[in-house]
Amino acid sequence: MIIRARGVAKRFGTKRVLEGLDLDVERGSFLLVTGPNGSGKTTLLRLVAGLLVPTSGELDVDAERSGLGFLAHEPLVYRELTALENLQLFARLYRVPEARERIGMLLERFGLWNVRNERAGSFSRGMLQRLALCRTFLHAPSLLLLDEPYNALDGAGAELLDRELAAHAGTYVVATHEPQRLTPLATQRLAFT
Amino acid sequence: MRRYAADVSALARKDLLLELRARDTLPAMLLFVVAALVVFHFALPTGSGRLAGLGLLWVAIVFTALLGLSRSFVAEREQGVLDALVLAPSDRSAIWLGKTVAAFAFLALAEVVALPAFAIFFSGIDGATVAGVALADIGICTVGVFLAAMSVATRARELLLPVLFLPLAIPVVIGGVGASVTGSPARYLGFLALYDALFATICWASFEYVVTE
Repeated sequence: MIIRARGVAKRFGTKRVLEGLDLDVERGSFLLVTGPNGSGKTTLLRLVAGLLVPTSGELDVDAERSGLGFLAHEPLVYRELTALENLQLFARLYRVPEARERIGMLLERFGLWNVRNERAGSFSRGMLQRLALCRTFLHAPSLLLLDEPYNALDGAGAELLDRELAAHAGTYVVATHEPQRLTPLATQRLAFT
Repeated sequence: MRRYAADVSALARKDLLLELRARDTLPAMLLFVVAALVVFHFALPTGSGRLAGLGLLWVAIVFTALLGLSRSFVAEREQGVLDALVLAPSDRSAIWLGKTVAAFAFLALAEVVALPAFAIFFSGIDGATVAGVALADIGICTVGVFLAAMSVATRARELLLPVLFLPLAIPVVIGGVGASVTGSPARYLGFLALYDALFATICWASFEYVVTE
């Protein structure tokens, strides 16, 4: 098991977001997490990423930080840096081998090569999401935590992501409130209400 | 160790580049410190003497530093990038040290203008004062960046940072003023060095708990 949760609860003050969650995710699985806004999808991803600690229960994640790819609501990139500079920074922190080639390939793949020297702050929301996807896939993570990955992507961008998801082997935990697109890839589902 | 240094260097360079592009912090610090010295110049009665002027220099330095420190995690807060930095496999204390190096650079640049301005408005600066300022800067940035990271996660961040920082800056002011005004500054410089070493160790060791829940 790459993720094992037993009775996991998360509260923010008096607000209960997750309660009594049991979950087993095997290596190589594609877990689709669905549910309406505020149902706890993002909290689950942040718990698995280690950004939050459960209020109670046990949560074991068998993955190093270097093998974790996290796509959040926000693109998690610096707006004053160019697309290239952002990826270079994270490539250094993740010690990506042959970073230059890897960055170039991802920028090409997500259609950002021509704007690689432009500041992220000048990007549209969809372009920022593409850059965030480049950052997420940059170090070839084995456990990918994707929060609404199709958010703000246009048709072409969504197809690029479809291709990347199909091509990149790993364990996926994907939170979305529009599951139709990912249903064919899903091997496991978790529905919050 | 080499990897750690490379991470710190990459993070510090990133902050310097962000400031070079955005020009948010350093111009404000420069304007503030010069304006503060001008105000102090006119506020001090004629004949107040060198000692009073040196005391006000330290007030200007501490508050200028506070201005810069309050902006040290703004890019990470506004763009949520702190999560991405925390998730990176590098030692989390590298985030603190990279920010400390950048904050030190901004403060030192502000003082490159402030110290000559002080010499013009008040009196000349001796070597002991410069050494005191350099040692104080290390302590101020070490503690200030740590507290800025703590306060950035709270709603009352603008209030919390000064409330936490100023009490911890009191020893820095005591050491700095002592080094500036006494005939034998070595004891005060040693005190500042001890403060730097002690708080750097504490902040380095505990930063991980500040950026994780």
